[in-house]
This record gives sequence, C-alpha cells and structure tokens, in this order.
Amino acid sequence: MACFIVTAVEAGVSAIATKVVEKKEQSSLEKTGTEVEAVKVPFSRKLGWLRNMLAGGSALLAFEHIWHGEVTPWFPFLTAAANAEDAAEMFHEMGTVGVGMAALVTAVWGGMLAVSAVIEKRAAKAAKEEPEG
Amino acid sequence: MTLLVSVLAAVITTVVWYTDNRRSELKLGILPLMFWGASLMWFVDAIFEYVELKDAYFTPEPLDMLNDLFLGLSVVALGLVIWLVILLVKDPRGVVRSAILRKKA
Repeated sequence: MACFIVTAVEAGVSAIATKVVEKKEQSSLEKTGTEVEAVKVPFSRKLGWLRNMLAGGSALLAFEHIWHGEVTPWFPFLTAAANAEDAAEMFHEMGTVGVGMAALVTAVWGGMLAVSAVIEKRAAKAAKEEPEG
Repeated sequence: MTLLVSVLAAVITTVVWYTDNRRSELKLGILPLMFWGASLMWFVDAIFEYVELKDAYFTPEPLDMLNDLFLGLSVVALGLVIWLVILLVKDPRGVVRSAILRKKA
C-alpha cells in the first residue's frame, strides 16, 4: 500500500547524513592537511551504500505501487488514503512491512560495515608489516 | 516472481561489478546496491504475504505469475534507466561534456 514511504524517508535521512559527514570529512582534511589513510574507507562512502540501497529500492518499490494502482498522480496520491478504514490499514502496513524492510536493509548494511572493518584492519596490518623502501 | 527477477538482476549486476575493472568510471556500484535494496524489501513483503496466504503463496495463478514477471522485467528496465541517467549526469569520462562542446564549436 505505502510501505515504500518508510524506506524512502530513511533514504532521505541517510542522504542528508551522507552530505553532512562528507562536509565534515572534507573540512577536517583541510584543517589537518593530511591525507586520510589509504586503507580506511571514509564513513560518508559507507553511508552512501545505505543511501543507494534505500533510495534505489524505494524507487523500484514505488514503481510497483504505481503498477498496482496504489499510487496516483492526483491528491491524496495514495488510493488507500481516500478513506479512514483503508488509511488505518495503510498505516498498519507501514508500521509492520515498511519498518521491517527498513530494518532488514539497515541490518544488511551493518553486515557490510562489519565486513569492511575486517578488510580495512587486514589491509592496515599488511601495510604495517610491509618492509619500508 | 518480482522478487525472483530482482534477485537475479542483483546477482548479475554484482558479478559484473566484481569482474569489470571499469566499475568506478561506469558507476557500476549503483546497480547492485539498488537491486539488492529492492530484493531485500520484496523479501520482507514476501514473508508477510506468506504468513497471510500460507501454502497458497507458492501456487499463484498463471495470469498473476505472468503479470509479476512482466512487472519484474519492467523494474529491471527502470533500474537500468536510473543508472544510465546517473551515469550521463555525472559523466565520469566526460563523454557527454565533450560531445556537447564539440557540437557547439
């Protein structure tokens, strides 16, 4: 009905967070004047993974809702919002399916962060062990 | 069926991203993330649908399956179009920019 709205909102929040973190990273780089370690992936880039998964997924899901006639180009844009009974069902779906979707995507992103951390650690260790010259 | 098509698209685009060395200049990272994101969302949708329909979930009507397949393929086409628009707007190789400037000159 409108489950994609939950993930779309999270995508918006993650997009803003990505921009803010990116600016912070840029300004700290200018202040210190040192390059970020080559083996460390900037957090803004990691946030970009979440943003792309959520925004891309939401866009494709929104298309599915248009396909099924659940989203219309005229007010109130969601057919379920036309009457109170359907609206209640829609909010219930957003609270269950929508939140479930957002939680699973975020959990998978958490897994990606964990894998990335392990790879970064290994790369840093290998860089330290590498003989200078 | 839509979930299945989306997962297949996610797997194929991930393999392309992994094997193609031009992943950065072709912005190939966007596609797998987009299709995996959609696949995860449809997976959650499928779980809720299964809870509601039980075994009937696995025996859909042929017409519904065809419609879902058509939808899945349309979703893949839309995903590719979104990627293409991002690629042309960001224009990492400067192809669009140089083509426009050459025409103007």
